[in-house]
Amino acid sequence: MSQITHSERIIIQTADFNHDDEVSWLENNNNEDGAVVTFCGRVRNNNLGKQVKGLTLEHYPGMTEKSLQSIVDSARKKWKLGRVTVIHRVGKLLIGEQIVFVGVTSKHRGDAFAANEFIMDFLKVKAPFWKKELTDEGEHWLAAKSSDTNKAQEW
Amino acid sequence: MVKVNFFAALREALNCGETQLNIKEPLTVQQARELLVQQNPSWEKNLNNNNLLCAVNHEMVQEDFLVKPHDELAFFPPVTGG
Repeated sequence: MSQITHSERIIIQTADFNHDDEVSWLENNNNEDGAVVTFCGRVRNNNLGKQVKGLTLEHYPGMTEKSLQSIVDSARKKWKLGRVTVIHRVGKLLIGEQIVFVGVTSKHRGDAFAANEFIMDFLKVKAPFWKKELTDEGEHWLAAKSSDTNKAQEW
Repeated sequence: MVKVNFFAALREALNCGETQLNIKEPLTVQQARELLVQQNPSWEKNLNNNNLLCAVNHEMVQEDFLVKPHDELAFFPPVTGG
């Protein structure tokens, strides 16, 4: 599922994405913007003191896309942004695999830095995705973290 | 008829991802939840969890929000993406 315009791409997919290709899309024929800020989240091998072997990501098709669009719309109201890409993967992911990409361009760096962090902070607490973690002790659903809620409330 | 979706840990706890409520008149989210428990008594503990979030037609809503026939209702745990 994806929502794509000339200046915005919101994509949910099982397949991996290529970081360089994503930067190219943000930069190609875009000579108005001097700042490109990207964030990439990956599956790490540890969480809460346990060794992690992988993740399964579930989402709510339809609502997730709307939620991400609404977060990007809010960011565009707060800052002057050029291009925005949000890609989030779902399904089974192994250690080191890419989970999420957020890329933002703007004329100057301040807007792109802030908007990128804002989009990630709200994605964490608003977009309907759920992580199930696989460890040596089996699989379990992750609990939401109050630190993520607090961080989003700071905006 | 209202389509009802459950996700993630809740879907597994209920052993159900999707069900339906046959209603002719609007009812609140709280009433919809009570009706679901009436139809599936074993769901009581998991559905009456205060941490659950609720969405109607893909928008987050509170317990007093009115659900109308043909709406899409969903219950799920706090989100953990990113």
